Amino acid sequence: MSRKAILGLYETPDAAADAVENLQGASVDSNDYDILSGTPYPEGTFGEPPVEHKLYVFPLAGAAIGLTLALFEGFGTQLAFPMVTGGKPILSVPPMIILAYELTLLGAILFTVLGIIFESRLPRVVKGLYDERITEGLIGVVCTFDEGRDEEIAKCLTDAGALEVKTESET
Amino acid sequence: MQDRRSLTDTQINDTLTNSVLRTPLHWYILTGLFATITLLGVIAVGVLANRGLGMTGMNRPVMWGFFITNFVFWIGISHAGVMLSAILRLAQAEWRRPATRAAEVLTVFALGTAAMMPIVHLGRMWRFYWVFPYDWARGIWPDIRSPLVWDPHALSTYLIGSSLFIFVALIPDFAVLRDKTSGAAHQIYGALSMGFRGTVRQWRLQAIAGIILSALLLPVFVSVHSIVSWDFGMALAIPAWHTTIFAPYFVIGAVHSGVAGVITVLILLRWLFRWDDYIRREHIDALGRLLFVVANAWLFFFALEFMFGLVHREGTEVVVRDMWLFQTPWNVIFLLFLFTGYLIPVPMWLFRSVRRSFPLMLFTTILVNIGMWLERFLLIIPSMGRKHSFTFVWGDFAPSPIELIIVTATFSMVFMLMLLFAKAFPLIPIFDIKEGAVLRDEIKIGRRTVQAIIREE
Repeated sequence: MSRKAILGLYETPDAAADAVENLQGASVDSNDYDILSGTPYPEGTFGEPPVEHKLYVFPLAGAAIGLTLALFEGFGTQLAFPMVTGGKPILSVPPMIILAYELTLLGAILFTVLGIIFESRLPRVVKGLYDERITEGLIGVVCTFDEGRDEEIAKCLTDAGALEVKTESET
Repeated sequence: MQDRRSLTDTQINDTLTNSVLRTPLHWYILTGLFATITLLGVIAVGVLANRGLGMTGMNRPVMWGFFITNFVFWIGISHAGVMLSAILRLAQAEWRRPATRAAEVLTVFALGTAAMMPIVHLGRMWRFYWVFPYDWARGIWPDIRSPLVWDPHALSTYLIGSSLFIFVALIPDFAVLRDKTSGAAHQIYGALSMGFRGTVRQWRLQAIAGIILSALLLPVFVSVHSIVSWDFGMALAIPAWHTTIFAPYFVIGAVHSGVAGVITVLILLRWLFRWDDYIRREHIDALGRLLFVVANAWLFFFALEFMFGLVHREGTEVVVRDMWLFQTPWNVIFLLFLFTGYLIPVPMWLFRSVRRSFPLMLFTTILVNIGMWLERFLLIIPSMGRKHSFTFVWGDFAPSPIELIIVTATFSMVFMLMLLFAKAFPLIPIFDIKEGAVLRDEIKIGRRTVQAIIREE
């Protein structure tokens, strides 16, 4: 069965929240609708379920990789070029701590950024249903549904006071 | 009293993308001027590469001159970005919103400029990559026990981290520009925004990203200038630099000059792009208060550093203090540094009318950075000139025209890069300003209506 997408545009967060409520009332799965806005509203503004993500894993993984690379660099460079200075041991720990500190943080930062992009579901090659007026202050409620529910879903959006409703066929 | 005005999303978009979509004539004039001076600097670097370090005023025993002074200065300026952005973001300080991106961008450009200075100072600047562990064939590796190897690690981490911090926060603003442009610009901003549509998930991750990246960048910010201070503190040959207080002293000095630099840039941008509704008196006032605290903390560390040198009664330390206080031209530079870095601006910031005056804040923050540049000069040159016990090997330093041109060009380059950035991307975070507008409210207490900010727990 092919799927279709529909976008309703709203002037206020209250109207968009009503549209979300109507969709929930019509047993639309929370993965099948989304709210698009040009402004970051506080979580739960539209009555949507909390966002679940695993972003916190990324910096930890990055830090572990960065630390490993730092230890490899610290041990490796000193052992590969064993220059004795002042009769001290070849392996000097304090500088390795500094390298480890920097590269651990670098790894954590790099992986955090990768995590943000990945968890934000970016890059998104096909933009899908969208309206450029969203960045000008309108709020969009976009919903994907199985063919045959067109009228029911459109009613959910228009009943909440949509300024405009757009549809698009998906495969 | 706050002087905010209600703005719609369209008004915010229009004004803040103004610098990108419509270019005032004075932008061309200023960019052209700064580009010309930068080009002169590039030519000077070319001459230096061709003729060698003999073109500079450096000679034994003063082997670190204007370039290293300028390196430390620009590292200091680069500290404002994370200081303002990360700390204020974590503290949920509302007035941070218009200042964060300019501060972060200033960080990146100042850091890039700082990183160039040791390379120019190398003489054989095309061999700068020797500091990295690359030489698999010859088996020659950098000595990681040297602070001069720690420095590129810290700098690279800070530069990459700060650049990514800016990029992540720019993604929603790329989407705004994508929606407001057409043709090639639309394609470019579309590619940069990576298909960002402002879903609940994307905004939520933006918020979390700001917190995580701020928390990760703060330790890097502290480490960078500490490591720069160890370039000096761990130099065996220069006894006057052997002090354990250098790391916090350098960090607080960096914050002092960096925050002052951000205020200077914000005032200039406000004038250039008519951002009166975004960079308001309350912002400059808040930054002025912050600067007052930082300046006094810096003075405390400076006083400690000065006194420790005398208390130890080490010959090299005493002789450097003697130069600062009693020998011309060093005593003139010392007085200039004290007056411009502290004695003129800080008492002025006690007055609210000064902190809320754009021309006076511009004047005082420029003074601070003149003072802080001279501070670095005084820390480096006299200590090197008097590093030996025997007076017949003492030396002095006078900058050559090549050094003066290159150092001047670095200032032009940073201003030019800021202007070019403002032409391509919004220098005030659009989504952050919109979020501030959403969370703003007015509450009535008795007969008074007070502007309030709602904070999400």
